[in-house]
Amino acid sequence: MPEQFIWGMEVFLNGLMAGVLYALVALGFVLIFKASGIFNFAQGVLALFAALTLVGIMEGQVPFSHLINAVFGTDVHYFGWNVPALGAILLTMVVMVALAWAVNQFIFRHLVGQEPIILFMATIGLAYFLEGFGDMMWGSDIKKLDVGLPQGINSAIDEVTYNIFGYGFFIDNLDLWATLVAALLVIALVLFAQFSKHGRAMRAVADDHQAALSVGISLKFIWVMVWSLAGFVALVAGIMWGTKSGVQFSLSLIALKALPVLMLGGFTSIPGAIVGGLIIGVGEKLFEFLIGAPYLGGATEIWFAYVLALVFLVFRPQGLFGEKIIERV
Amino acid sequence: MNDMTPDGYTTEDGRKIGAVVMEMRNITLRFGGVVAIQDISFDIREGEIRAIIGPNGAGKSSMLNVISGFYHPQEGEVWYKGAKRPTMKPYEVAQQGIARTFQNIALFEGMTVLDNVMTGRIRQMSAGLLSQAIWKGKAEREEVENREVVEKIIDFLEIQHIRKTPVGRLPYGLKKRVELARALAAEPSILLLDEPMAGMNVEEKEDMSRFILDVNDEFGTTIALIEHDMGVVMDLSDRVVVMDYGKKIGDGSPDEVRQNQAVIDAYLGVAHD
Repeated sequence: MPEQFIWGMEVFLNGLMAGVLYALVALGFVLIFKASGIFNFAQGVLALFAALTLVGIMEGQVPFSHLINAVFGTDVHYFGWNVPALGAILLTMVVMVALAWAVNQFIFRHLVGQEPIILFMATIGLAYFLEGFGDMMWGSDIKKLDVGLPQGINSAIDEVTYNIFGYGFFIDNLDLWATLVAALLVIALVLFAQFSKHGRAMRAVADDHQAALSVGISLKFIWVMVWSLAGFVALVAGIMWGTKSGVQFSLSLIALKALPVLMLGGFTSIPGAIVGGLIIGVGEKLFEFLIGAPYLGGATEIWFAYVLALVFLVFRPQGLFGEKIIERV
Repeated sequence: MNDMTPDGYTTEDGRKIGAVVMEMRNITLRFGGVVAIQDISFDIREGEIRAIIGPNGAGKSSMLNVISGFYHPQEGEVWYKGAKRPTMKPYEVAQQGIARTFQNIALFEGMTVLDNVMTGRIRQMSAGLLSQAIWKGKAEREEVENREVVEKIIDFLEIQHIRKTPVGRLPYGLKKRVELARALAAEPSILLLDEPMAGMNVEEKEDMSRFILDVNDEFGTTIALIEHDMGVVMDLSDRVVVMDYGKKIGDGSPDEVRQNQAVIDAYLGVAHD
């Protein structure tokens, strides 16, 4: 078998894994968009905030320590304890639910029935606020996140592929875990939306506010629930990205990569977010390997996803799985 | 209706009507300077089909919106099951057992007929979020039980053949029936129908009339409906409130209302001399 082909396969697999991480972020967008029609620009920052909070709690960091020290002239930074990963994740989830409540209470409750563009602007504001708030609460230094997920080369795959191809594939353990978690998350979310009372209520609210009220659905409850779910997805994405590349403020920029994923997969489809993420992940890695690096001088990964999304917008604006917009005349 | 007592009365066709479930007391509703409803009182009794009729702009829909909590009157009280109802949000009213349909149909267009009707069962399902998330125990049991009830209602209203069809694809007449099914799925104490026959042809109107009567007969559901088609209403209802320009101009059995001079004037116009 030619070397080129084997390397291509390795690139393909790594592309799939990268795609899963994109999909995780895109999933948060889809959830909120489906349930409230809001395009949540703050989803990336939400992931950052979740990761910051998780690290902070695990390391026993004093929240707002810089502020407290500056005001009271003290010098506190750490409580001096460490919270085990699982407990910290649960505590972080509590924080995310509280955040979901606050977001609804102070922002979106007052914007019911407004134009989508106004809601969108509100999420941009939320993104900036959260970024600053996260900074103030936990500090802006790059943090290492380790919740005990295995990292590094998966030796089993390395060995098996070496025996078959005479060349060991490099697949990161963390990527494998991310794939597993993402798959479980998607299955759970789809089942929840399709076959449970609150999932159905969530879809109902997205469809028609007035009708939802008339069957006894509380809009407030559903919105807080949806933002909590988005917070949970953000937490999972934050853990994966944070473990991979450290918890840093550029994490909020991964939200931008979710945009082409959504254009491919459709803004309203949970499976679409996954497939879109995989296509982007594989597409950009393979393109770089086959065309970018040899002929275009490399670094095509930066723009490939956006160009692909652009092409999709021209030929299939609703995405692969989005609801087709039919205007009845 | 000579034998009206606090406990109820017997209709011409021999049905027993029970005590008062809902009472509107001196309701006044204004939108700025416009008075949509002016000092109107009436009651709805258990098991009856109660109609509110009147020409366009009489304030019928406003009255229905007051009952279902979408509007809040400036004056007057709403009494429900023997207690004064505080100001409530529409979803709270729905949770109390008052289901409604809309004049312009408010269904979840992207969801299937089955899912739409299932949303009507929300009041009957109480499993916690966690139980739903893992779909075990109570959540699973509830889902199955409620699904059975919903299937029964779907059968009853003869919409089995479109169970899995997204509502957005259905013709108007069927949508109206799905909306009725969703309201009925809540097993409401009072079912409010806002112009259930608006925009229908004669055949569809007959179907809908039959379903309304069957629902009342089979489940004993109390129904309050709004219509401006006099003929249909007179055949269907036990008692009728007539509104005109926000005021009540008549209240009684269809026969009584038909002979009421104010009602005749409102509908046929009156010579000003």
